[in-house]
Amino acid sequence: MRLPKTLIIGSVLFTLFLLGALVSFLWVPYDIETLNISAKFQPPGGQYWFGTDHCGRDIFSMVMIGARTSIAVAVVAVGIGIVVGVPLGLTAAARRGSILDELIMRGNDLVFAFPSLVIAILITAVFGPSALNAIIAIGIFNIPVFARISRGAALSIWTLDYVLSAQVAGKGAWRISVEHILPNIANLLIVQGTIQFSLGILAEAALSYIGLGAQPPTPSWGRMLADSQTMISFAPHLALFPGLAIVFTVLGLNLMGDGLRDVLDPRLRRSRQ
Amino acid sequence: MTLLSVENLNLSIGGTPILRDLSFKMYEGQFFGVVGESGSGKSMTALSLMQLAPQGAQISGAAHFGAEDLLALPEKAMCALRGQDIGMIFQEPMTALNPVKTIGDQVAETLIVHRRTSRAEAVKIARERLNRVGLPADRFPPDLYPHELSGGQRQRVVIALAIALRPKLLIADEPTTALDVTTQAQILALLRSLVKDDGMACMLITHDLAVVAGLADHVAIMKSGEIVEAGKTTDIFSRMKHPYTKQLLAASSHVPDRATQVTQTPLLEVRSALRTYALPRTSLFGKPPVLAAVNKVSFTLKNGESLGLVGESGCGKSTLTRAILGLDALQSGEIKIDGQTVQAGRRMDRDQRRKMQVVFQDPFGSFNPRHKVARLVAEPFFAMANPPNGTAKTAAVAQALISVGLKPDDTDKYIHEFSGGQRQRIAIARALIIKPSLIILDEAVSALDVSIRAQILDLLAELSEKFALSYLFISHDLSVVRAITDRVLVMKSGEIVESGPTQTVFDNPAHAYTKQLIAATPQLPDN
Repeated sequence: MRLPKTLIIGSVLFTLFLLGALVSFLWVPYDIETLNISAKFQPPGGQYWFGTDHCGRDIFSMVMIGARTSIAVAVVAVGIGIVVGVPLGLTAAARRGSILDELIMRGNDLVFAFPSLVIAILITAVFGPSALNAIIAIGIFNIPVFARISRGAALSIWTLDYVLSAQVAGKGAWRISVEHILPNIANLLIVQGTIQFSLGILAEAALSYIGLGAQPPTPSWGRMLADSQTMISFAPHLALFPGLAIVFTVLGLNLMGDGLRDVLDPRLRRSRQ
Repeated sequence: MTLLSVENLNLSIGGTPILRDLSFKMYEGQFFGVVGESGSGKSMTALSLMQLAPQGAQISGAAHFGAEDLLALPEKAMCALRGQDIGMIFQEPMTALNPVKTIGDQVAETLIVHRRTSRAEAVKIARERLNRVGLPADRFPPDLYPHELSGGQRQRVVIALAIALRPKLLIADEPTTALDVTTQAQILALLRSLVKDDGMACMLITHDLAVVAGLADHVAIMKSGEIVEAGKTTDIFSRMKHPYTKQLLAASSHVPDRATQVTQTPLLEVRSALRTYALPRTSLFGKPPVLAAVNKVSFTLKNGESLGLVGESGCGKSTLTRAILGLDALQSGEIKIDGQTVQAGRRMDRDQRRKMQVVFQDPFGSFNPRHKVARLVAEPFFAMANPPNGTAKTAAVAQALISVGLKPDDTDKYIHEFSGGQRQRIAIARALIIKPSLIILDEAVSALDVSIRAQILDLLAELSEKFALSYLFISHDLSVVRAITDRVLVMKSGEIVESGPTQTVFDNPAHAYTKQLIAATPQLPDN
């Protein structure tokens, strides 16, 4: 089977950043915790690939380590969304039409109704800015996304005959949800997962940009952008490289999501040929 | 007069031949029946005449339609021809209509697109066409939406769409397969009047020999992309030559050999079962109206008996099935299996569950596509207190597969690797594995081709004897019920209107509705 181009390009882009993040644990070109003022504002070139900042730190190394923060925040945030949201959605679908269904889904509507970033700012403002609080804030807003998707997809599976025959075998709603419903909606969840992943990276960058995300000295793409703000007129590379890192990671994840959907959804696969 | 003359039509997709050397003629004012099982190329023939065959199909041959060759016309000329000179009716009236447009608009739209008539004129003609198909203005105003109509009425709208421009040729692809028998009879009568009174030619594609026997002037029998036998309908049915035609006819009226061993002990007793649903409120303060889906139904199924339950869609068959299986509770009344009352829902005990199993209609939706056969077939073991494990489980699965005529090494396959008939065998294996006393067959053979259906009926008869099984055979297809049941119940609007030994009920129906059902069922000529 031929894989769609979007999936290939998206995976390559994302893998590049994932590799950068993983390699940074073992090796980076320059230590970013030692300041080298004599080498400040070096332009991108052979010695410093992405140049250096106002403290003489290597921007390439910082982008590598920053990827760590971004990816970790996004992974955990999407994880919270899936771990809490999917069971909620499955429960609502299993008890469709009941008070429980209404409670779960209206609760989700409530969370959905708030502008997510504003609430994230509120949470970090109350509990103090840190990467952990950013994760929780972003994670909470992933819950209704996954709950809605799981409920909608599960409802259509619940009408199928194999679910009925599992009921005839005496299986309860919870067992049927795990054995029959979940494997059949997994493809949707994977696709949505990649999309939410990219939104998580954007949200982390936004929170760090306003100083509510990861705290110094932990590098973060969002904070690198914020730091470079005042120097952008004479050292544009300070903003350019973390900015590009955000753009390409998010683009890669979105392309990957589109490609995965094409591969996993047989109806779209047929129309593509 | 010859309207369409097809010569040596060949079609292949990616080098695989789909249609081989088809040649036939169609005449004005006549029906041309195309009969065959799934995959025989019937629908593909129709699609290639409309140049709607899938992309990448290679077509050769000629199809003379007046002065034109349908297979050689450029797409633009073909667009003008479709709808204008050739109309098409599809199987599924639910999806053939646009749900967000009124029926009047949908019919009028075709006229506006093709004839560039004014809107007022188009609406007027649309009204005429709707009257023509039996949807009179006083009961069916043009501003109705498809969901406000029944299946049969929708199919009438689809036909009105197809004849909007008075095409010379009408292609009907399984036009009544999705409909109840009485509705089917009405739609076939409508098609007959369109062809005989208005002089259209109609290509009637169907898997049902009986439908063709009563309607078509000429018939072609197709198998694997070839016409194996063709000719006048009366000739074909009186002296068929090709073995496949004979086989098809034999399968259509197949009656399995059954050694009935009915005992007098009741297995399933249903006593004044009542199940109602509240309908949407009609007024703000009044009570919502109530629909009795199953209204005080009582019957007994004896050990070893095969009991038929016949009725059209919406008569309450499915609701009754769910109640018997203990999936939904009754409002009043009682259902007993082996003398014990069935407790619906979670309280239903395992011993009761393992006495009943069910086989559904759709061989594609009955299985979780992500599980392998071993796991699928073993699922009912969940209803047992001490299910077999390890090798005992494997052996039980293998045994169940063997008894339905499959191989034990099929256990490692996924369900998509099997054909429709094989899937239905797996469904039966799944029902058999915990050795139930009663199997409910919910339209279990309705979606199968006639030859496969005959095999499954034989299998059911054999298994019933071997394992002393009782069947509750639910179907809208009277010929199948007649072939496999000892006794039959006729259900209408939630009530059982007639019951008795199958032979007696079918030969001397007492209730008006039973008579109507039997009269509406297409018959194969006797010989």
